[in-house]
Order: sequence, then C-alpha cells, then structure tokens
Amino acid sequence: MFDLSPQEITAIGLSVKVASVATLAALPPAIIVAYALARWRFPGHAALNAAVHLPLVLPPVVTGFALLLLFGRHGPAGAFLAEHFGLIFAFRWTGAALAATVMSFPLMIRPIRLSFENVDRRLGDAARSLGANRLWSFLLIALPLAAPGVIVGAILGFAKALGEFGATITFVSNIPGETQTIPAAIYSFIQTPNGDPEALRLAFISAAIAIVALLISEALQRRAGARL
Amino acid sequence: MIALDLRYACANFQLSAKFASDARIIGLVGPSGAGKTTLALLIAGLLRPNAGRLAANGVTLVDTDKGIFLPPEKRRIGFVFQDAMLFPHLSARQNILFGRWFTPKPERRVPFEQVVETVGVGHLLQRRPSTLSGGEKQRVGLARALLSSPRLLLMDEPMASLDFSRRQEIMDLIERLRDAFAIPMLIISHAADEVVRLADEAIVLDHGRVVARGAPLETIPSASRVLEGGRFMVANALKASVASYDARYGLTRLAHPAGEIVLVAQIEPDARPIRVQVKATDVAIGKSYPVDTSVRTILRGMIVNIDANDSPLAFVALELVGGDRLTAAITRLALDELKLHKGDDVFALVKSVALDERGQ
Repeated sequence: MFDLSPQEITAIGLSVKVASVATLAALPPAIIVAYALARWRFPGHAALNAAVHLPLVLPPVVTGFALLLLFGRHGPAGAFLAEHFGLIFAFRWTGAALAATVMSFPLMIRPIRLSFENVDRRLGDAARSLGANRLWSFLLIALPLAAPGVIVGAILGFAKALGEFGATITFVSNIPGETQTIPAAIYSFIQTPNGDPEALRLAFISAAIAIVALLISEALQRRAGARL
Repeated sequence: MIALDLRYACANFQLSAKFASDARIIGLVGPSGAGKTTLALLIAGLLRPNAGRLAANGVTLVDTDKGIFLPPEKRRIGFVFQDAMLFPHLSARQNILFGRWFTPKPERRVPFEQVVETVGVGHLLQRRPSTLSGGEKQRVGLARALLSSPRLLLMDEPMASLDFSRRQEIMDLIERLRDAFAIPMLIISHAADEVVRLADEAIVLDHGRVVARGAPLETIPSASRVLEGGRFMVANALKASVASYDARYGLTRLAHPAGEIVLVAQIEPDARPIRVQVKATDVAIGKSYPVDTSVRTILRGMIVNIDANDSPLAFVALELVGGDRLTAAITRLALDELKLHKGDDVFALVKSVALDERGQ
C-alpha cells in the first residue's frame, strides 16, 4: 500500500514545502494584523477586518482568479515583482505558496486575535511604566502571553495551506513537480483510470500529516499554558 | 515634588485638576468615579491630557503649550496596581528586574539586594506569580516599581484587595520604603486609615476636581460630605507609651498625656512610644467627666473644630492634652442637645482602640 511512486513523493514533498513557506510567510503579518484588530481602534478597523476575512467567504476559485489577475505575469504586482526582484509566481511553486498564504491568513487571524484580547491591557501599561516602549512591551509581554493562540493559528494555517486546492489550481494550475500539491495530485489520480489506489494513499497521508500537526500543536500549547 | 494642572475629557467624564505638593506621601482620596485612577493614568502617561502641564521632581513631563508629552516609558514613574499586575509568564525575580533592564545605568539608584531585603521577597524570587498570595504579589509589585528607580511612585489602591493584617504589613512596608529610598509617593485610597497613617497631605477629588486638600486628619472629615455615605470613616492616630500589662484582665494600660488608654492586647512595657488607632465612630463626647460608664479610656481635650452640615453625622475635632488630634463622629442631634462649641473643654470616651502596628 505504501509503495509510493515518484510522482506521489514529489507531491508530498512539494505540499510540505508550500505549506511550511505559506505558514512562515503568513504568521508575522497575521500576528501584526491580529494585534491591531484586538488592541487598536482606528478608521478603517471594520474595513480591515472584512478584507482579512474575504478569502474565507469568497469562492476559492475567485480568490485564485484575483491572484492570477494581480500576480500573473502581466498583472501589476506580478510584473513589478518579476522585474525588480526576479520573483515569479505564475505557474511556479512560489505561486502555490502565495495562494496558500492568502487562503490560510484569515484562519490564523481569529485565534491569535482572541488570545491578544485575553491579555490584560494593564500588563502592557505596567511594562510601559517600567520603561519598555511599545515594541518591547509587545515583544516581552503581549506576544509571549498570546503564544498559545499564535501556535493554534500557525497549525490551523498550516493545515489549511496543506489542503488548499481551489485557489491554487486556478492560479498556478496543476503541474507535476512544480505546482502539483497533494490535493491537486489526488484530483489528477481520480481523473485517471485505475488511479483510485494512489488517490486513497495520498488521502491517508494528508490526513496523517494533519493529525501529526494537531498533536504537535496540542503539545506546544500545553507547554505554553503550563508556564502561566 | 509634583506639580500638575491637567484637563482631560472623554465621552462622559471631565477632569480638571490642579495642585502642587512637596509632601513625601500624598494621599489621593475621593468617591468612586471621582477620577482618581484617571488622574494616576494621566500622571503615568498612559492617558493623554487634552491640555495642561505636569512636572515631577522638577522635570517637565507634559506641557501641551510647548508640545511636550513624554511617553510613559520615558517618565520613570513607578505604578503599583491594585491587583499587582505581575507578568504571569515571568518569575518573581524576572518581574522585579524588568524595569531595571530599561533603566539607563547611571540612573539605577536603587540596589536590587536592598529592595529585596526591605520588601522581604528574597524567598519568593524563583516563584511564578500564580503561586503567590495577594500580599506577596503586592510586595513583588512594589519591588518591581522601585527597581526602575522612579521619580515618583504611584499606587492605585495598593491595599484594596488585601485582608486586614496584610494591609498593616504593606502599610509598614510603604513607610519603610519612604524612609529608605526617599522616593515621593502618591497613594490612591478609599480607606481613611491608610491615608491618615501614611500621607503627609491628603487631596480630595470629586467629579474630576480637587475639592479639598491639607493635613489628612483635618481634610478628610471636612471633605466627608463628598465621600461615599460614611463608608469613608475617619481614623485617628495617637501616640502613647506602654505603662503596664494587666495579666488578670488581659489588657495593656497605655500612658497618654490626656488620660489612660486601655488596649485589649498584650504588649510588654518598652521605652519607645507606640501608636494606636481610634475610629471616629468609636469616640463619644461628654461635657463632664463620666462616672457611670463601661468605657475605660477617657481622654481630656478641647474642641478645635466642628464640621456639621445637613447630614445626620457631625465631625468634632478635639485637641487632646499633649497635642494629639482626635476626631469624633457624633450625631448632629447630640451636637445640638449638648450645645457643643468650639473651645469647649470636653472628655472623649473611646470605646475601642486598635494597635497601630507600625512599631516605632
């Protein structure tokens, strides 16, 4: 059963790579946006909140199409990045990572925002009165105390990135070895005559990766919680 | 030490406070909603005033005319919160050292060992805040604020969540800190005994304005009309010396120039004077020396002030023989029927005396 073909191994490796990069790329901005939404009241608060959650409610194919228009070879952002940084998204694994980043972002926001909201503001006040500026107060007080939520957000984001299909296939297609992640490979195998065993194997493997990620997050959370 | 003139307004509250004081400890009192905490947050820089000036120890922290607004981390004003607000993910030691890390080396005037010893937290340093009791947390919070070498120490109801004996300990401690570190303090309190005992000056706030200020013993009774329905009871501090312990009745007799004070406690005679506290509501007034009464502590004095208004209670301030002040809360009815006036020689019948555990 676990006699994997090269195509399957490539898809698994690519999926882990895409999901890891997407998680690492989405986490810092997700922490900042979640903190801003939790702590600050500013004009455009509601608009930012809505924009952040848009990928959650839009059909994934619409998100993928939007990415194609923006970050495709001739899209404004895509052309700019390709010209100045040599960064090309269209039909590359980097595009799959971008799609996964965008799709997992809203899932990361909620738990991180909730855990920031649960940190008593006056702890930050205490830190400020002791000489810490806003950044130190955030790094030394709010962020460590919100760590359990950040871990949950990261794992949720990773799982979402691993399973992302609609936006990815719309944006970067389904190219074995380049953009064919596990979900796209499963889809291809299902379309192929007698491909069901391969599809089933990959389905089990993606479930196993997701479960391992959940177990790791549980363990990390327990450790973070035990310190409080 | 502190001079301020601040105006602040938010949706349903306005504050306009102005005072300057050189007192070592200022007691800031007032009913809830008077703006005490708002004023403390403005001083600490955690709220931004609409207009005004603020200086501590001669350093301008806020001057809206000149566009000066120092952020809290640049003010070096220690803040002690009611519930300590220790950082839960750090040990007591890390909490205490937090502010020191941000204090520039030349300005680290307060040595760690001395604070730990004075505050008495040496045995708690490795513990997490969640394992500390209320009094221990408050001690660690005080040590943390001190270690940042503050220009001024603000305490917002530092004892409100503590029981009686823990409160006495923290009051002792605040006095030791005042003497050991010479850091001016502003204590927000709703407990008259705390302010009377600790503060050199009381400032009474109501509806966002300073309505009275002065020596605590005189200011608080006269301001009592703005203080919540009598909950804010006046306490008096008297100085006396231990004459003898009466083992048969379990009482200690204290010698005071105005008469003998009987205390339900055992204290061994000692050359040093001790302090006792008397609540204003535990004091009755007689025009002649009472003979048939169960009250054993009867002190001679003269009425120096009567504070009566429409409320049923009046406050009568006495100057006892020997100079101590004693305030009695009596009904306005008694005041009128006994025809008490300023300058009358009277006797204070003290029903209950508590030892003020501040030692010397």
